[in-house]
Amino acid sequence: MGVAVSIQQVEKRFGALRALDGVSLEIAEGEFFGLLGPNGAGKTTLISCLAGLARPDTGKLTVLGRDVVVDYRDARRLLGVVPQELVFDPFFTVRETLRIQSGYFGIRNNDAWIDEILANLDLADKADTNMRRLSGGMKRRVLVAQALVHRPPVIVLDEPTAGVDVELRQGLWQFIRRLNGEGHTIILTTHYLEEAETLCGRIAMLQRGKVVALDSTQNLLHEFSRHTLSLRLVGGAALPPALAALSSGQVEGAWQLRLPDFSAVEQVLATLREAGIAIDDMRLSPPDLEEAFVRVMQRGRAQQ
Amino acid sequence: MSNMLGFRTLLMKEVLRFWKVSFQTVAAPVVTALLYLLIFSHVLDEHVQVYGQIRYTAFLIPGLVMMSVLQNSFANSSSSLIQSKVTGSLVFVLLPPISYLEFFAAYVLAAAARGVVVGVGVLSVTVWFAPPGMVAPLWVLTFAVLGGAIMGALGVVAGIWAEKFDQLAGFQNFLILPLTMLSGVFYSIHSLPPFWQQVSHFNPVFYMIDGFRYGFFGVSDVAPQVSLAVVSIAFAIVTVFTLASCSVATNSGTEPHDAPQNHRRPSA
Repeated sequence: MGVAVSIQQVEKRFGALRALDGVSLEIAEGEFFGLLGPNGAGKTTLISCLAGLARPDTGKLTVLGRDVVVDYRDARRLLGVVPQELVFDPFFTVRETLRIQSGYFGIRNNDAWIDEILANLDLADKADTNMRRLSGGMKRRVLVAQALVHRPPVIVLDEPTAGVDVELRQGLWQFIRRLNGEGHTIILTTHYLEEAETLCGRIAMLQRGKVVALDSTQNLLHEFSRHTLSLRLVGGAALPPALAALSSGQVEGAWQLRLPDFSAVEQVLATLREAGIAIDDMRLSPPDLEEAFVRVMQRGRAQQ
Repeated sequence: MSNMLGFRTLLMKEVLRFWKVSFQTVAAPVVTALLYLLIFSHVLDEHVQVYGQIRYTAFLIPGLVMMSVLQNSFANSSSSLIQSKVTGSLVFVLLPPISYLEFFAAYVLAAAARGVVVGVGVLSVTVWFAPPGMVAPLWVLTFAVLGGAIMGALGVVAGIWAEKFDQLAGFQNFLILPLTMLSGVFYSIHSLPPFWQQVSHFNPVFYMIDGFRYGFFGVSDVAPQVSLAVVSIAFAIVTVFTLASCSVATNSGTEPHDAPQNHRRPSA
């Protein structure tokens, strides 16, 4: 597998603000890659630099080996970007919009592919509707369609599901997953960490323009999150002192214990039995990316 | 390597953009010009003759046509750009493999096209009041296209630099409007006091209108070759400046915001 996207030591300043402060990343062909971070972390700036919407002050970005500044025509043909903001051109219908976008990429007679995209995005019956008359979710899907007209091998989705209802979100992910399965490289930014957790094989977390974590989703979960054992004790009993180290406090009367591994469950139960404390309710939840995210951000803040 | 189809698509899209709302972009300026003609010819036709033998109304018609060409060319590129900047849809043009030169040429040609369409409209409703004749149609076309292109390029610059509609309106009201109104649309500069004649010679729009009018009457304030030279140089300067603006705008980029939507701070 070759390198789909290479980002080397990229810096970008807006006045005094360092939006990107030496970002380096490599994304392999065929990856489903997540780019996470709080608002203002630099995700969109990084995508802008990759897409040629902004030029980095220093550093180098390539798409499938093509430099996005020197070789911008090739780089842009290889890249499809779904922008974050819900933008549209009010003068045209859906089909006109997609034909125009095809033309911009130097592609004529693209209707067969356009029809296929429209069918997959459930937009076929809206092809001749003016953009103004579409709902927000439909406009969002047209943005996805616009990013795909030139069959780009690398697709960037900048918060594609913001404001999209559950059903459409499912449909959208099914389609994106299929594209990924067919070999497209997908780069995703999102604030929905559950989505990132289920979709992305590898994740980079950005904070104040720096990469603060870069690893496979599994490793990040393993390193920064734990199984959580939620225990409600009979009679609202206090936790035995031996378990205090695992506890992260109470939520609605239930103790939250963070477990390093499954064998810890046995120890917890044994300790409770010895102390003569009975369990009223018990629940075990797996590690989640939200916890990992919060911990990485806390660590990042502590280091700065 | 070039992207001819990309350029042609962008040009077509820009032409469609104004054509789809032609009531506002073509019919409205034609009506405005007609009103100017009705009022000024009513007041002045019997009192003023220009170049000794030309009726004032006949003199005024080419001036109004060219003024409409220039103002509408500027309006086309500048309003298209500011609209797509404010709504964010400019991104569709910035993501594809389109060079600055292709981008520039498409916006400028579409602007000149709007100018010429409006110009033909103004001419066809005003010509009946006092047919001015047309001794040199090639000069007429040359100055209309070149003048429209210069204003279209200035519109691109204004559209790139303006962040809000009112900044663009400032550019239009305090620069483009005075330059076109004070360029000899309504008078021959020979009727001005010597000082203002001199000042007028520093206004490039004066040469556009004077050269354009030469195509109708075969007489003008300065020789058409001189006007053509001045206008060509102006076009070259504006082209270089516009392309430089495109490059600077990409270098600085726009600082993205997660929220609220469609709100952008000025870049750099």
